[in-house]
Amino acid sequence: MAVDEPGSGASVMVTAGGEVSELAVTTGPLDQRDAEALEHDLLAPPADAGLLTYVSAWIARVRSGDSGVLPVLVGLVVIVILFQTQSSVFLSAGNLANLLEQGAPFVMLGMAEVFVLLLGEIDLSIGYSGAVGAAVTVILAYPPINFGWALAIAAGLATTAGIGFLQGQLITRLRLPSFVVTLAGLLFWEGFLIWLINNQSPSNGGSIRILDPVLHNIIYGTISPAVGWIAMAVGVAIFGVLTARRDQRRRASGLIAPPIGFTLLKVAGMAAAGIVLVVVCNINRGVHGGFAIRGVPWVVPIVLGFVVAWTFLLNRTRFGRYIYAIGGNSEAARRAGINVRRIRLQAFTLAGLTAAAGMIIYASRLGSMSSDVDGGQIVLYAVAAAVIGGASLFGGRGKMVHALLGGIVIATIYNGMGLLDFSAAVQYMVTALVLLAAVTVDALSRRGRVA
Amino acid sequence: MTNDSTTAAASESHAVKGARSASAGRAPGPSGLANGGGIAGAAGELLLSLRGISKRFGPVTALDHVDLDIPAGQVTALVGDNGAGKSTLIKTISGIWQPDEGELFWSGEPVHVRTPREAADLGIATVYQDLALCDNLDIVQNMFLGRETAHYALLDETSMELSAKDTLSGLSVTSVRSIRQPVGSLSGGQRQAVAVARAVMWQAKLAIMDEPTAALGVAQTTMVLDVIRKLAAGGIAVIVISHNLNDVFEVADRLAVLHLGRLVASGPASEFDTQSTVEIMTTGAASSRGRAAVADAPEGKG
Repeated sequence: MAVDEPGSGASVMVTAGGEVSELAVTTGPLDQRDAEALEHDLLAPPADAGLLTYVSAWIARVRSGDSGVLPVLVGLVVIVILFQTQSSVFLSAGNLANLLEQGAPFVMLGMAEVFVLLLGEIDLSIGYSGAVGAAVTVILAYPPINFGWALAIAAGLATTAGIGFLQGQLITRLRLPSFVVTLAGLLFWEGFLIWLINNQSPSNGGSIRILDPVLHNIIYGTISPAVGWIAMAVGVAIFGVLTARRDQRRRASGLIAPPIGFTLLKVAGMAAAGIVLVVVCNINRGVHGGFAIRGVPWVVPIVLGFVVAWTFLLNRTRFGRYIYAIGGNSEAARRAGINVRRIRLQAFTLAGLTAAAGMIIYASRLGSMSSDVDGGQIVLYAVAAAVIGGASLFGGRGKMVHALLGGIVIATIYNGMGLLDFSAAVQYMVTALVLLAAVTVDALSRRGRVA
Repeated sequence: MTNDSTTAAASESHAVKGARSASAGRAPGPSGLANGGGIAGAAGELLLSLRGISKRFGPVTALDHVDLDIPAGQVTALVGDNGAGKSTLIKTISGIWQPDEGELFWSGEPVHVRTPREAADLGIATVYQDLALCDNLDIVQNMFLGRETAHYALLDETSMELSAKDTLSGLSVTSVRSIRQPVGSLSGGQRQAVAVARAVMWQAKLAIMDEPTAALGVAQTTMVLDVIRKLAAGGIAVIVISHNLNDVFEVADRLAVLHLGRLVASGPASEFDTQSTVEIMTTGAASSRGRAAVADAPEGKG
């Protein structure tokens, strides 16, 4: 208000009348934002909810800093083109399958990191705590214990989930900063991993091989080409039907739903990506004269299953909603009656579980679990994957699909520079620059959002 | 509506039921909230009475035997200088603090409001100055935060969006681009409106607002004041704390002036003017012009 000092205006008495304020509503000077908003009144019946309205709403979202997956997709295409021009092997079937296998642990640990990044926290320990879980799995599946793979995996997941729970208790009960607690965790679980492996197999030089065929096949097993096609088609069909049904329900209730063209476009895009994936993976990538290797590696549906499940958890359940709320404004969440401590604890626990799955995949790729796994570097790649994909380090913003795309970007850089025989020194520096660029985009878009 | 406040003031005593229904004809237009209209009482009916409420923090007496009546369907403005006890009073009503002395009557029944949750269960909705919104969530998500509708374990977005839409249009808040846009992208007035809508959509009978127009522009303020009038027209009792007397006189049916923890004046807004109100706020006593209103205050009762 122009007049803030009490009593500085003598004319205020007239304003107690309703007519005056009514008048002000209709003829008062609206500021630019309100005037604009009135024109695009979407609370009105959705008669004008065409593709154009939808696109303009999307543009507004992008401009307000919620750019979604667009920047990382563009970045990925650029990187792929760059590498392909330098090395014709890059886009070969064998290398692409290899790239997916390389990227899987980054994607998984990136998703683990998304749970805590959304809260505005960080977990630096999941590289080593996940490795401890994977070590438990490998040890339990190894002679003389010889548990079945299912039990061994369950025990490994539970171990790291328990570690996440423990650290979460320290963070939420004692109100210690997650950065410090999980930094201590990084050191502690590295030590614990070395102790565990050396204690278990003193004669094997600090490494335990994976003998169980199922654990081995997480990376090296493939789905038969026909089954790959069927699974892909079913997956896309389910997505399409669910989306169409939701849109239909919204329209039936008189709410704005995305135009049918937009939904078709989305489903077509997914189908195209799925077809490319299956076609590439079904090409024989065996070395000349050797065995034929074809089909989608098992790790792909496993990782995608996690992406879908966790996305569902974040978008469609109270738990997910509360994670976003706490990341956005934890005080508001507390006042809304949300048990903030419990949600944070659950997030750290789920991050642990996801990290264990990621490190089991990593162990499967190595063919063993060793005491010199660099969990410190892996966790930094995981954070980088989430942030490059578009998750915010400041909390409240991010999706599981960001970790998926970011993990693929990191694996692509890693893989491409390996093909081009770049030295490790250059690889580290380039990865660092990409991470820095991603964080800059995040910070700038955040500034744009607040302004 | 003039400076002549010497008439009819004495008849306006504290416990008068159905006191002059000042608001009855003042906010025409659509009356009532979509899902709150039928619940609140008729305009003018006494909803909340405070009797002899005192609150001390160590040696400091924040509230000193405050008697106050809040009628349904009317906007009561709580004014006073800094440290007058306005915040303490609303925090006592909304269950954050317990009074050391005195009683609260809710629709005539004595009640004890021990926690904010108990206050909410009674139907007291408080909108604090910081609004407590999550900028990264959209309007619907904010309005249902902590009380999501779910079908088995799955959030029922459709039904939530529909009732959020109903509540907002009941308050005539239609100037938002999309109900699914993040709250962080809204203007200050729209954010205030969302916070108010969230507070009252759960069958609130009393809405308490702390400085709802602070830091808002002219158009935004008009919009928020309009929302407040809509609440009252829907039968909800509204308490507004404000430093801005322009806004107070524009929106309030009744005024209550606090000074150093004591209620020094209260009555229909028409019996106050800016000049006298400022004097009462700053000195705790009335000049010749405000005397009638002050005579109405419970001085010496405690």
